[in-house]
Amino acid sequence: MGYTLNFAAVWRSFDLLLEGLALSLALAFGAILIGAVIGLFTAFCLISKNGFARRPAGIYVTIIRNTPILVLVLFTYFALPQLGFRLGKIESFIFTLALYSGAYLAEVFRAGLLSIPVGLREAGLAIGLTEMQIRTSIIAPLMFRNVLPSLSSTIISLFKDTSLAAAIAVPELTFEARKINVETFRVIETWIVASCLYVITCSILAALMRALERRLSVPR
Amino acid sequence: MPNHLLEIRDLHKSYGEVEVLKGVDCTMAQGDVISIIGSSGSGKTTMLRCINMLEEFQGGSISIDGEEIGYETVGGQRRRKKEKEIARQRALTGMAFQQFNLFPHMSAARNVMLGLMKVKKLSKDEARSIAEKWLDRVGLRSRADHFPGQLSGGQQQRVAIARAIAMNPRLMLFDEVTSALDPELVNEVLQVIKSLAQDGMSMLLVTHEMRFAYEVSNRVIFMNQGRIGEEGNPREMFHKPKSERLSEFLKTSSFGER
Repeated sequence: MGYTLNFAAVWRSFDLLLEGLALSLALAFGAILIGAVIGLFTAFCLISKNGFARRPAGIYVTIIRNTPILVLVLFTYFALPQLGFRLGKIESFIFTLALYSGAYLAEVFRAGLLSIPVGLREAGLAIGLTEMQIRTSIIAPLMFRNVLPSLSSTIISLFKDTSLAAAIAVPELTFEARKINVETFRVIETWIVASCLYVITCSILAALMRALERRLSVPR
Repeated sequence: MPNHLLEIRDLHKSYGEVEVLKGVDCTMAQGDVISIIGSSGSGKTTMLRCINMLEEFQGGSISIDGEEIGYETVGGQRRRKKEKEIARQRALTGMAFQQFNLFPHMSAARNVMLGLMKVKKLSKDEARSIAEKWLDRVGLRSRADHFPGQLSGGQQQRVAIARAIAMNPRLMLFDEVTSALDPELVNEVLQVIKSLAQDGMSMLLVTHEMRFAYEVSNRVIFMNQGRIGEEGNPREMFHKPKSERLSEFLKTSSFGER
Protein backbone atom coordinates (compact mmCIF):
# COMPACT_ATOMS: atom_id res chain seq x y z
CA MET A 1 0.00 0.00 0.00
CA GLY A 2 2.65 2.49 1.06
CA TYR A 3 0.16 5.14 2.22
CA THR A 4 1.37 7.11 5.26
CA LEU A 5 -1.19 8.84 7.38
CA ASN A 6 -0.49 12.52 7.80
CA PHE A 7 -3.05 14.63 9.61
CA ALA A 8 -1.07 17.89 9.53
CA ALA A 9 -2.91 19.32 6.52
CA VAL A 10 -6.29 18.44 8.05
CA TRP A 11 -5.39 19.96 11.44
CA ARG A 12 -4.48 23.21 9.66
CA SER A 13 -8.08 23.39 8.41
CA PHE A 14 -9.62 22.03 11.59
CA ASP A 15 -11.32 25.33 12.42
CA LEU A 16 -13.20 25.03 9.12
CA LEU A 17 -14.49 21.63 10.20
CA LEU A 18 -15.56 23.06 13.55
CA GLU A 19 -17.38 25.90 11.81
CA GLY A 20 -19.06 23.31 9.61
CA LEU A 21 -20.01 21.29 12.68
CA ALA A 22 -21.47 24.40 14.34
CA LEU A 23 -23.60 25.03 11.25
CA SER A 24 -24.67 21.36 11.17
CA LEU A 25 -25.85 21.66 14.77
CA ALA A 26 -27.65 24.92 14.03
CA LEU A 27 -29.38 23.37 11.01
CA ALA A 28 -30.46 20.36 13.05
CA PHE A 29 -31.57 22.47 16.03
CA GLY A 30 -33.64 24.85 13.89
CA ALA A 31 -35.21 22.09 11.83
CA ILE A 32 -36.01 19.84 14.79
CA LEU A 33 -37.54 22.73 16.73
CA ILE A 34 -39.88 23.61 13.86
CA GLY A 35 -40.34 19.91 13.07
CA ALA A 36 -41.39 19.20 16.66
CA VAL A 37 -44.18 21.78 16.42
CA ILE A 38 -45.29 20.36 13.06
CA GLY A 39 -44.95 16.81 14.42
CA LEU A 40 -46.99 17.47 17.55
CA PHE A 41 -49.77 19.17 15.60
CA THR A 42 -49.74 16.37 13.01
CA ALA A 43 -49.77 13.69 15.71
CA PHE A 44 -52.91 15.16 17.28
CA CYS A 45 -54.46 15.27 13.78
CA LEU A 46 -53.47 11.63 13.15
CA ILE A 47 -55.34 10.42 16.24
CA SER A 48 -58.28 12.75 15.68
CA LYS A 49 -61.72 11.30 15.02
CA ASN A 50 -62.28 14.09 12.51
CA GLY A 51 -61.42 12.88 9.00
CA PHE A 52 -60.74 16.45 7.79
CA ALA A 53 -57.86 16.62 10.28
CA ARG A 54 -56.73 12.98 10.07
CA ARG A 55 -56.61 12.43 6.30
CA PRO A 56 -54.40 15.38 5.25
CA ALA A 57 -52.06 14.58 8.15
CA GLY A 58 -51.84 10.96 6.97
CA ILE A 59 -51.13 12.03 3.39
CA TYR A 60 -48.37 14.42 4.55
CA VAL A 61 -46.67 11.73 6.61
CA THR A 62 -46.95 9.13 3.86
CA ILE A 63 -45.51 11.41 1.17
CA ILE A 64 -42.61 12.66 3.26
CA ARG A 65 -41.69 9.27 4.71
CA ASN A 66 -41.69 7.64 1.29
CA THR A 67 -39.54 10.24 -0.43
CA PRO A 68 -35.73 10.20 0.00
CA ILE A 69 -34.63 13.27 1.92
CA LEU A 70 -32.04 14.10 -0.75
CA VAL A 71 -34.83 14.32 -3.33
CA LEU A 72 -36.77 16.66 -1.01
CA VAL A 73 -33.68 18.83 -0.49
CA LEU A 74 -33.06 19.12 -4.22
CA PHE A 75 -36.74 19.69 -4.97
CA THR A 76 -37.05 22.52 -2.42
CA TYR A 77 -33.85 24.23 -3.53
CA PHE A 78 -34.06 23.79 -7.30
CA ALA A 79 -37.72 23.17 -8.16
CA LEU A 80 -39.64 25.46 -5.81
CA PRO A 81 -37.98 28.65 -7.15
CA GLN A 82 -39.49 27.74 -10.53
CA LEU A 83 -42.87 27.99 -8.78
CA GLY A 84 -41.99 31.39 -7.33
CA PHE A 85 -40.97 30.12 -3.87
CA ARG A 86 -37.32 31.12 -3.51
CA LEU A 87 -35.28 30.55 -0.36
CA GLY A 88 -31.57 30.86 0.48
CA LYS A 89 -29.51 27.66 0.77
CA ILE A 90 -29.62 27.49 4.55
CA GLU A 91 -33.29 28.48 4.87
CA SER A 92 -34.21 26.04 2.12
CA PHE A 93 -32.45 23.17 3.91
CA ILE A 94 -33.95 24.03 7.31
CA PHE A 95 -37.39 24.20 5.70
CA THR A 96 -36.91 20.78 4.11
CA LEU A 97 -35.47 19.10 7.19
CA ALA A 98 -38.23 20.64 9.35
CA LEU A 99 -40.87 19.19 7.01
CA TYR A 100 -39.05 15.87 6.98
CA SER A 101 -38.53 15.72 10.74
CA GLY A 102 -42.15 16.81 11.27
CA ALA A 103 -43.36 13.62 9.56
CA TYR A 104 -41.02 11.36 11.52
CA LEU A 105 -41.67 13.10 14.83
CA ALA A 106 -45.42 12.93 14.16
CA GLU A 107 -45.15 9.13 14.14
CA VAL A 108 -43.04 9.16 17.31
CA PHE A 109 -45.51 11.49 19.05
CA ARG A 110 -48.52 9.54 17.77
CA ALA A 111 -47.20 6.36 19.35
CA GLY A 112 -46.59 8.32 22.56
CA LEU A 113 -50.12 9.73 22.56
CA LEU A 114 -51.66 6.31 22.02
CA SER A 115 -49.77 4.96 25.02
CA ILE A 116 -51.50 7.38 27.40
CA PRO A 117 -54.47 5.79 29.20
CA VAL A 118 -57.79 7.29 28.15
CA GLY A 119 -58.73 7.54 31.83
CA LEU A 120 -56.32 10.44 32.35
CA ARG A 121 -58.17 12.54 29.79
CA GLU A 122 -61.44 11.66 31.49
CA ALA A 123 -60.02 12.58 34.88
CA GLY A 124 -59.04 15.94 33.42
CA LEU A 125 -62.49 16.44 31.93
CA ALA A 126 -64.09 15.44 35.24
CA ILE A 127 -62.38 18.28 37.12
CA GLY A 128 -63.55 20.75 34.48
CA LEU A 129 -60.43 21.12 32.32
CA THR A 130 -60.92 21.97 28.66
CA GLU A 131 -59.49 19.72 25.94
CA MET A 132 -56.69 22.23 25.35
CA GLN A 133 -55.78 22.37 29.05
CA ILE A 134 -55.74 18.57 29.16
CA ARG A 135 -53.42 18.46 26.16
CA THR A 136 -50.99 21.03 27.53
CA SER A 137 -50.98 20.00 31.21
CA ILE A 138 -51.44 16.25 31.06
CA ILE A 139 -51.18 14.63 27.64
CA ALA A 140 -48.21 16.49 26.11
CA PRO A 141 -45.91 16.30 29.18
CA LEU A 142 -46.63 12.59 29.63
CA MET A 143 -46.30 11.86 25.94
CA PHE A 144 -42.96 13.72 25.85
CA ARG A 145 -41.64 11.57 28.72
CA ASN A 146 -42.88 8.38 27.03
CA VAL A 147 -41.22 9.15 23.70
CA LEU A 148 -37.85 10.39 24.96
CA PRO A 149 -35.98 7.15 24.15
CA SER A 150 -37.23 7.01 20.56
CA LEU A 151 -37.00 10.79 20.26
CA SER A 152 -33.33 10.50 21.08
CA SER A 153 -32.57 8.22 18.12
CA THR A 154 -34.75 10.31 15.79
CA ILE A 155 -32.88 13.48 16.78
CA ILE A 156 -29.50 11.82 16.21
CA SER A 157 -30.67 10.51 12.88
CA LEU A 158 -31.89 13.99 11.87
CA PHE A 159 -28.58 15.53 12.94
CA LYS A 160 -26.74 13.10 10.65
CA ASP A 161 -29.14 14.01 7.83
CA THR A 162 -27.73 17.55 7.89
CA SER A 163 -24.79 16.12 5.89
CA LEU A 164 -27.14 16.12 2.89
CA ALA A 165 -27.07 19.92 2.91
CA ALA A 166 -23.68 19.54 1.22
CA ALA A 167 -25.64 18.67 -1.93
CA ILE A 168 -26.79 22.28 -2.21
CA ALA A 169 -23.44 23.73 -1.04
CA VAL A 170 -24.44 24.63 2.50
CA PRO A 171 -21.08 24.92 4.29
CA GLU A 172 -21.79 22.38 7.04
CA LEU A 173 -19.41 19.68 8.25
CA THR A 174 -19.56 17.29 5.27
CA PHE A 175 -19.27 20.16 2.77
CA GLU A 176 -16.20 21.53 4.59
CA ALA A 177 -14.64 18.06 4.79
CA ARG A 178 -15.12 17.58 1.06
CA LYS A 179 -13.50 20.95 0.44
CA ILE A 180 -10.48 20.08 2.62
CA ASN A 181 -10.26 16.70 0.89
CA VAL A 182 -10.11 18.34 -2.52
CA GLU A 183 -7.62 20.99 -1.43
CA THR A 184 -5.22 18.74 0.52
CA PHE A 185 -5.69 15.37 -1.20
CA ARG A 186 -5.58 13.80 2.31
CA VAL A 187 -8.68 11.69 1.61
CA ILE A 188 -8.43 9.15 4.40
CA GLU A 189 -7.36 11.63 7.10
CA THR A 190 -10.07 14.15 6.20
CA TRP A 191 -12.90 11.65 6.33
CA ILE A 192 -11.56 9.98 9.49
CA VAL A 193 -11.59 13.36 11.27
CA ALA A 194 -15.03 14.26 9.92
CA SER A 195 -16.39 10.88 10.97
CA CYS A 196 -14.90 11.28 14.45
CA LEU A 197 -16.59 14.67 14.78
CA TYR A 198 -19.95 13.12 13.83
CA VAL A 199 -19.46 10.20 16.25
CA ILE A 200 -18.43 12.45 19.15
CA THR A 201 -21.31 14.89 18.55
CA CYS A 202 -23.87 12.10 18.29
CA SER A 203 -22.54 10.53 21.48
CA ILE A 204 -22.85 13.84 23.31
CA LEU A 205 -26.41 14.28 21.99
CA ALA A 206 -27.30 10.75 23.16
CA ALA A 207 -25.81 11.44 26.61
CA LEU A 208 -27.75 14.72 26.89
CA MET A 209 -30.98 12.96 25.96
CA ARG A 210 -30.32 10.21 28.51
CA ALA A 211 -29.69 12.86 31.18
CA LEU A 212 -32.98 14.56 30.23
CA GLU A 213 -34.74 11.21 30.43
CA ARG A 214 -33.39 10.64 33.94
CA ARG A 215 -34.31 14.15 35.01
CA LEU A 216 -37.88 13.88 33.76
CA SER A 217 -38.50 10.31 34.85
CA VAL A 218 -41.54 9.92 37.09
CA PRO A 219 -40.57 8.72 40.60
CA ARG A 220 -41.75 5.19 41.43
CA MET B 1 -85.52 27.47 43.68
CA PRO B 2 -85.33 24.00 42.14
CA ASN B 3 -86.49 21.21 44.42
CA HIS B 4 -83.88 18.73 43.37
CA LEU B 5 -80.13 18.75 43.33
CA LEU B 6 -80.19 16.20 40.52
CA GLU B 7 -83.05 15.42 38.22
CA ILE B 8 -82.81 12.79 35.48
CA ARG B 9 -85.74 12.48 33.10
CA ASP B 10 -86.26 9.69 30.58
CA LEU B 11 -82.54 9.19 29.98
CA HIS B 12 -81.72 7.17 26.86
CA LYS B 13 -78.24 6.16 25.82
CA SER B 14 -77.13 3.82 23.05
CA TYR B 15 -73.80 2.58 21.77
CA GLY B 16 -74.63 2.12 18.11
CA GLU B 17 -77.49 -0.37 17.96
CA VAL B 18 -77.22 -1.37 21.59
CA GLU B 19 -79.44 0.62 23.93
CA VAL B 20 -77.78 0.74 27.34
CA LEU B 21 -80.13 3.14 29.15
CA LYS B 22 -83.77 2.73 28.24
CA GLY B 23 -85.49 5.63 29.93
CA VAL B 24 -84.10 6.30 33.39
CA ASP B 25 -85.91 8.68 35.76
CA CYS B 26 -84.33 9.67 39.03
CA THR B 27 -84.24 12.59 41.42
CA MET B 28 -81.90 13.37 44.24
CA ALA B 29 -82.02 15.96 47.01
CA GLN B 30 -79.16 17.88 48.57
CA GLY B 31 -77.35 15.64 51.08
CA ASP B 32 -78.68 12.39 49.63
CA VAL B 33 -76.33 9.43 49.47
CA ILE B 34 -77.58 7.06 46.81
CA SER B 35 -75.98 3.75 45.93
CA ILE B 36 -76.57 2.31 42.50
CA ILE B 37 -76.33 -1.45 42.42
CA GLY B 38 -76.93 -4.03 39.74
CA SER B 39 -75.19 -6.65 37.68
CA SER B 40 -72.49 -5.85 35.09
CA GLY B 41 -73.89 -4.25 31.96
CA SER B 42 -77.03 -3.00 33.67
CA GLY B 43 -76.11 0.64 32.89
CA LYS B 44 -74.93 1.86 36.32
CA THR B 45 -71.61 3.30 35.24
CA THR B 46 -73.04 4.65 31.99
CA MET B 47 -75.65 6.59 33.94
CA LEU B 48 -72.96 8.09 36.15
CA ARG B 49 -70.83 9.02 33.15
CA CYS B 50 -73.79 10.70 31.45
CA ILE B 51 -74.27 12.94 34.49
CA ASN B 52 -70.88 14.57 33.97
CA MET B 53 -70.99 14.26 30.19
CA LEU B 54 -68.19 11.77 29.85
CA GLU B 55 -70.79 10.01 27.72
CA GLU B 56 -73.15 11.69 25.31
CA PHE B 57 -76.77 10.61 25.52
CA GLN B 58 -79.39 10.56 22.81
CA GLY B 59 -82.57 11.31 24.73
CA GLY B 60 -83.93 12.70 27.96
CA SER B 61 -82.40 15.31 30.21
CA ILE B 62 -80.18 15.68 33.24
CA SER B 63 -80.32 18.78 35.45
CA ILE B 64 -78.25 19.84 38.40
CA ASP B 65 -79.81 22.56 40.56
CA GLY B 66 -82.27 23.10 37.72
CA GLU B 67 -79.52 23.68 35.15
CA GLU B 68 -79.72 21.33 32.17
CA ILE B 69 -76.48 19.48 31.62
CA GLY B 70 -74.78 19.02 28.29
CA TYR B 71 -77.57 19.89 25.86
CA GLU B 72 -79.82 22.77 25.00
CA THR B 73 -82.81 23.12 22.75
CA VAL B 74 -82.54 25.87 20.16
CA GLY B 75 -85.36 26.39 17.66
CA GLY B 76 -86.82 23.01 18.54
CA GLN B 77 -83.46 21.30 17.86
CA ARG B 78 -81.59 19.54 20.64
CA ARG B 79 -77.90 20.31 20.43
CA ARG B 80 -74.77 19.80 22.48
CA LYS B 81 -73.64 22.81 24.45
CA LYS B 82 -70.28 24.43 23.69
CA GLU B 83 -67.21 22.64 25.09
CA LYS B 84 -66.36 25.50 27.45
CA GLU B 85 -69.86 25.44 28.90
CA ILE B 86 -69.75 21.66 29.29
CA ALA B 87 -66.36 21.95 31.02
CA ARG B 88 -67.91 24.44 33.48
CA GLN B 89 -70.86 22.12 34.08
CA ARG B 90 -68.60 19.14 34.63
CA ALA B 91 -67.04 20.98 37.55
CA LEU B 92 -70.47 20.95 39.25
CA THR B 93 -69.84 17.28 39.87
CA GLY B 94 -66.72 15.54 41.13
CA MET B 95 -65.88 12.04 40.00
CA ALA B 96 -63.73 9.28 41.42
CA PHE B 97 -62.91 6.45 39.03
CA GLN B 98 -62.32 2.75 39.42
CA GLN B 99 -58.72 3.08 38.17
CA PHE B 100 -57.96 6.27 40.20
CA ASN B 101 -56.64 8.03 37.06
CA LEU B 102 -54.15 10.18 38.93
CA PHE B 103 -51.79 12.18 36.71
CA PRO B 104 -48.60 10.11 37.12
CA HIS B 105 -46.17 12.96 36.43
CA MET B 106 -47.55 15.12 39.23
CA SER B 107 -47.22 14.78 42.99
CA ALA B 108 -50.35 14.11 45.06
CA ALA B 109 -50.57 17.82 45.89
CA ARG B 110 -50.14 18.87 42.25
CA ASN B 111 -52.88 16.45 41.24
CA VAL B 112 -55.25 18.24 43.58
CA MET B 113 -53.94 21.71 42.68
CA LEU B 114 -54.27 21.37 38.90
CA GLY B 115 -58.04 21.89 38.72
CA LEU B 116 -57.95 24.61 41.36
CA MET B 117 -55.41 26.59 39.36
CA LYS B 118 -56.65 25.92 35.83
CA VAL B 119 -60.41 25.83 36.39
CA LYS B 120 -60.94 27.89 39.56
CA LYS B 121 -58.07 30.21 38.62
CA LEU B 122 -56.66 30.20 42.15
CA SER B 123 -53.05 31.21 42.81
CA LYS B 124 -50.48 28.48 43.42
CA ASP B 125 -50.35 29.28 47.15
CA GLU B 126 -54.13 29.22 47.54
CA ALA B 127 -54.35 25.97 45.58
CA ARG B 128 -51.58 24.41 47.66
CA SER B 129 -53.29 25.32 50.89
CA ILE B 130 -56.62 23.82 49.74
CA ALA B 131 -54.81 20.73 48.45
CA GLU B 132 -53.09 20.23 51.79
CA LYS B 133 -56.39 20.68 53.63
CA TRP B 134 -58.08 17.96 51.57
CA LEU B 135 -55.10 15.62 51.59
CA ASP B 136 -55.14 15.98 55.37
CA ARG B 137 -58.85 15.18 55.33
CA VAL B 138 -58.19 11.88 53.53
CA GLY B 139 -55.24 11.15 55.84
CA LEU B 140 -52.48 11.82 53.33
CA ARG B 141 -51.04 15.17 54.34
CA SER B 142 -47.63 13.55 54.82
CA ARG B 143 -47.76 12.11 51.28
CA ALA B 144 -48.48 15.45 49.57
CA ASP B 145 -45.20 15.43 47.67
CA HIS B 146 -45.24 11.76 46.75
CA PHE B 147 -45.97 10.74 43.19
CA PRO B 148 -48.80 8.30 42.38
CA GLY B 149 -46.28 5.56 41.59
CA GLN B 150 -45.01 5.84 45.16
CA LEU B 151 -48.45 5.35 46.72
CA SER B 152 -50.52 2.24 47.35
CA GLY B 153 -53.78 1.74 45.46
CA GLY B 154 -55.83 2.83 48.46
CA GLN B 155 -53.72 5.95 48.91
CA GLN B 156 -54.02 6.77 45.22
CA GLN B 157 -57.79 6.44 45.40
CA ARG B 158 -57.88 8.75 48.43
CA VAL B 159 -55.82 11.34 46.54
CA ALA B 160 -58.24 11.00 43.62
CA ILE B 161 -61.15 11.63 45.97
CA ALA B 162 -59.34 14.66 47.46
CA ARG B 163 -58.72 15.94 43.91
CA ALA B 164 -62.43 15.74 43.11
CA ILE B 165 -63.72 17.10 46.45
CA ALA B 166 -61.26 20.01 46.47
CA MET B 167 -63.13 21.45 43.50
CA ASN B 168 -66.11 21.90 45.83
CA PRO B 169 -68.59 20.03 43.63
CA ARG B 170 -72.34 20.06 44.25
CA LEU B 171 -72.44 16.30 43.85
CA MET B 172 -69.82 13.54 44.07
CA LEU B 173 -69.92 10.57 41.71
CA PHE B 174 -68.09 7.41 42.74
CA ASP B 175 -67.66 4.78 40.07
CA GLU B 176 -66.79 1.43 41.66
CA VAL B 177 -63.92 3.08 43.50
CA THR B 178 -62.90 -0.03 45.40
CA SER B 179 -63.11 -2.56 42.56
CA ALA B 180 -59.45 -2.24 41.56
CA LEU B 181 -58.15 -2.39 45.13
CA ASP B 182 -56.68 -5.28 47.07
CA PRO B 183 -59.17 -6.36 49.76
CA GLU B 184 -57.06 -5.00 52.62
CA LEU B 185 -57.07 -1.52 51.05
CA VAL B 186 -60.82 -1.30 50.46
CA ASN B 187 -61.71 -0.23 53.97
CA GLU B 188 -59.51 2.89 54.08
CA VAL B 189 -61.28 4.23 50.98
CA LEU B 190 -64.74 3.35 52.25
CA GLN B 191 -63.99 5.12 55.54
CA VAL B 192 -63.16 8.31 53.65
CA ILE B 193 -66.41 8.11 51.67
CA LYS B 194 -68.38 7.40 54.82
CA SER B 195 -66.95 10.42 56.60
CA LEU B 196 -67.75 12.65 53.61
CA ALA B 197 -71.31 11.33 53.67
CA GLN B 198 -71.56 12.14 57.36
CA ASP B 199 -70.49 15.71 56.52
CA GLY B 200 -73.54 16.03 54.28
CA MET B 201 -71.85 15.65 50.89
CA SER B 202 -74.36 14.60 48.21
CA MET B 203 -73.18 11.38 46.60
CA LEU B 204 -74.07 8.94 43.92
CA LEU B 205 -72.13 5.70 44.28
CA VAL B 206 -71.91 2.84 41.85
CA THR B 207 -70.72 -0.01 43.98
CA HIS B 208 -70.44 -3.76 44.37
CA GLU B 209 -69.84 -3.36 48.12
CA MET B 210 -73.37 -4.24 49.22
CA ARG B 211 -72.65 -4.04 52.93
CA PHE B 212 -71.23 -0.55 52.42
CA ALA B 213 -74.19 0.51 50.26
CA TYR B 214 -76.48 -0.73 53.00
CA GLU B 215 -74.67 1.21 55.73
CA VAL B 216 -73.88 4.49 54.02
CA SER B 217 -76.83 5.21 51.72
CA ASN B 218 -80.20 6.71 52.48
CA ARG B 219 -81.47 5.32 49.18
CA VAL B 220 -80.52 2.47 46.88
CA ILE B 221 -81.25 2.15 43.19
CA PHE B 222 -81.18 -1.28 41.56
CA MET B 223 -80.45 -1.05 37.86
CA ASN B 224 -81.64 -3.86 35.65
CA GLN B 225 -81.15 -4.03 31.89
CA GLY B 226 -80.92 -0.28 31.38
CA ARG B 227 -83.83 0.65 33.62
CA ILE B 228 -84.35 1.31 37.30
CA GLY B 229 -85.59 -2.06 38.47
CA GLU B 230 -86.34 -1.05 42.01
CA GLU B 231 -85.49 1.74 44.41
CA GLY B 232 -86.06 2.54 48.03
CA ASN B 233 -84.39 2.75 51.39
CA PRO B 234 -81.61 0.23 52.01
CA ARG B 235 -83.45 -1.66 54.73
CA GLU B 236 -86.45 -2.43 52.48
CA MET B 237 -84.33 -3.06 49.43
CA PHE B 238 -81.91 -5.48 51.03
CA HIS B 239 -84.27 -7.26 53.43
CA LYS B 240 -87.56 -7.20 51.53
CA PRO B 241 -86.78 -6.97 47.83
CA LYS B 242 -89.97 -6.64 45.81
CA SER B 243 -88.72 -7.99 42.53
CA GLU B 244 -87.50 -11.48 41.79
CA ARG B 245 -84.53 -10.02 39.89
CA LEU B 246 -83.26 -7.99 42.85
CA SER B 247 -83.75 -10.92 45.15
CA GLU B 248 -81.62 -13.09 42.87
CA PHE B 249 -79.00 -10.38 42.53
CA LEU B 250 -78.67 -9.96 46.30
CA LYS B 251 -78.28 -13.70 46.77
CA THR B 252 -75.27 -13.74 44.46
CA SER B 253 -73.78 -10.50 45.81
CA SER B 254 -71.49 -9.99 48.77
CA PHE B 255 -74.54 -8.96 50.86
CA GLY B 256 -76.17 -12.31 50.29
CA GLU B 257 -73.03 -14.16 51.28
CA ARG B 258 -72.93 -12.72 54.78
